[in-house]
Amino acid sequence: MPTFVYMTRCDGCGQCVDICPSDIMHIDKTLRRAYNIEPSMCWECYSCVKACPHHAIDVRGYADFAPLGHSVRVDRDEEKGTIAWRIKFRNGKKDMELLAPITTKPWGTAIPQLANEPAPSKEMRNSELLFNEPKYVRMDGGDLHTLESNGLKLKAGVYY
Amino acid sequence: MFMSNPFAELSASIPTIVMQGYIVLMVLLVMGGTILDMMHKKSAQYFFENAKKAQKSAKRSVSAGEKASIAATVLVNEILTSGEFNNTRRRLSHLLTMWGTIIFIVTTAIMIFGYPTPATPTPALLPQLWHIGALMLAVGGYWFWLFIRVDVSAEGLPWFRFERADLFILSLLATSTFALIWSFTGGGLTLFFALFVLSSTVLFGGVYFSKFAHMFFKPAAAFQKRVTHADGSRENLPAEYDLTDPAVHAKFPDIPEYMGKNPAYMGLGIKRESAKHY
Repeated sequence: MPTFVYMTRCDGCGQCVDICPSDIMHIDKTLRRAYNIEPSMCWECYSCVKACPHHAIDVRGYADFAPLGHSVRVDRDEEKGTIAWRIKFRNGKKDMELLAPITTKPWGTAIPQLANEPAPSKEMRNSELLFNEPKYVRMDGGDLHTLESNGLKLKAGVYY
Repeated sequence: MFMSNPFAELSASIPTIVMQGYIVLMVLLVMGGTILDMMHKKSAQYFFENAKKAQKSAKRSVSAGEKASIAATVLVNEILTSGEFNNTRRRLSHLLTMWGTIIFIVTTAIMIFGYPTPATPTPALLPQLWHIGALMLAVGGYWFWLFIRVDVSAEGLPWFRFERADLFILSLLATSTFALIWSFTGGGLTLFFALFVLSSTVLFGGVYFSKFAHMFFKPAAAFQKRVTHADGSRENLPAEYDLTDPAVHAKFPDIPEYMGKNPAYMGLGIKRESAKHY
C-alpha cells in the first residue's frame, strides 16, 4: 500500500523526507510539497505516515483487496505513547478503530545497559531466542510454538 | 534615511499618479493571478467537494455559534500567529516574513496615497514602520532561505540551488533587499529603484506561477480542518483517546495492561531532536 500525500494538508516541512528509509519521499519542485517519487519502491513501512505532523500522508490500498474509496488512517501520538488506527470500508458501514501502546516507559529512559548484563551461558548461545526475547514476545507461559507443538508437518512442494 | 518617506522624494522624478497607478495595477495583478491560480488548480472546487465529503461522515452538526468560535480561533491561532507550523523555527521565520510583508506593503500604500509629496509631510512613524517591515521580511526570509527551507534542511541541497517553487520567496527577498538598499543609498531614480520595482513586479505579477496565493487559501483550509474535528469526521482520523478513561480501557485492554491505568507522559519521542543526516 504505497503512500501518497494530500498536497492541501502538507506544509512542506520535510519530516517525511528525513524519515523515509527508501529515500522516495521528496519535495515537489513547483509546489514545494512532499510527494512519493516512486510508489513501486515503497515498502509500506508507514514511517512517513506516522511522522507527518499534519496527517497529510495516507496509504492507498491495492485494488484487489481494498477497492478505491476506503480509508486507512493512523495517528501516532508520541507524547501519549500510543498509536491509533482507523480503518473505514468504502461502504461507510464498517468503521474500525484500534489503539495500541508504542512504548510503556518515557522515551529514552529504558535503554538496555548490555555492558552490565552477565555474559550469555552456553545454553543461551545455542538457543534460537534473542536476548530477552521470551519476556516480550511470549503470549503464554509455555514453550515456543513450533510446527511440532501444534501438530503440524512441513510438506514438500507448493500446496494450498 | 530611516525617518524619511522615500516615495515623497521620488515624486520629484516620477509623477504621483504613476506611483499610485502602479499600486492599483499590482492589486489587480494579485487578484487576477489568484483567480487564475484557483481556476487552474481547481483548488476551490476541491475544497468544497472535500468539505461536502467530510460533512457526510460527520457525527454531529456544528452550529453557527460554534463555527463563529472556530473562525475566531483560526484568526488568532492560524492567521495571526501561524500556529499551524509544527516547527518553532519555521513558525518564527514565517511570522517575521508575514508580518514584515504586511507592514511593508501597507505602509508603502499609505505613504504613496496619503503622503506622496514633500508638500504633505509624512508622520515619522510610517517610514520607520516601512523600514522595520522590510527588515523583518529580510531577516525572516534569509533565515528561511539559507537554513530552514526544506531543500536545504531535509533534501540536503545547497542554498544557492533554486527552482520555480522559490519564485515567491526569492521575489520577496529581492523586493525587501532592494527597497532597503534603495532607501539607504539616498532614494531617487537609481539602479536599486529599478531593481526594487522589477522584483516587486515579479512578486505581484507572478502570483499564478508562485505560491503567493497560499495566504488566501490557508485560512479556509485551517477553518475546514477545525470544523472536521468539531463535527467528529476528523478527516477519517482515529479519535483522540483519553488513556485514563475506563471506557477506553474496556475497549482497548492492551492500554491498561501494558501502560497502567494512568499512563505517564512519554515525552517528545522522535521530536526530541531534529534529523542531522546532512
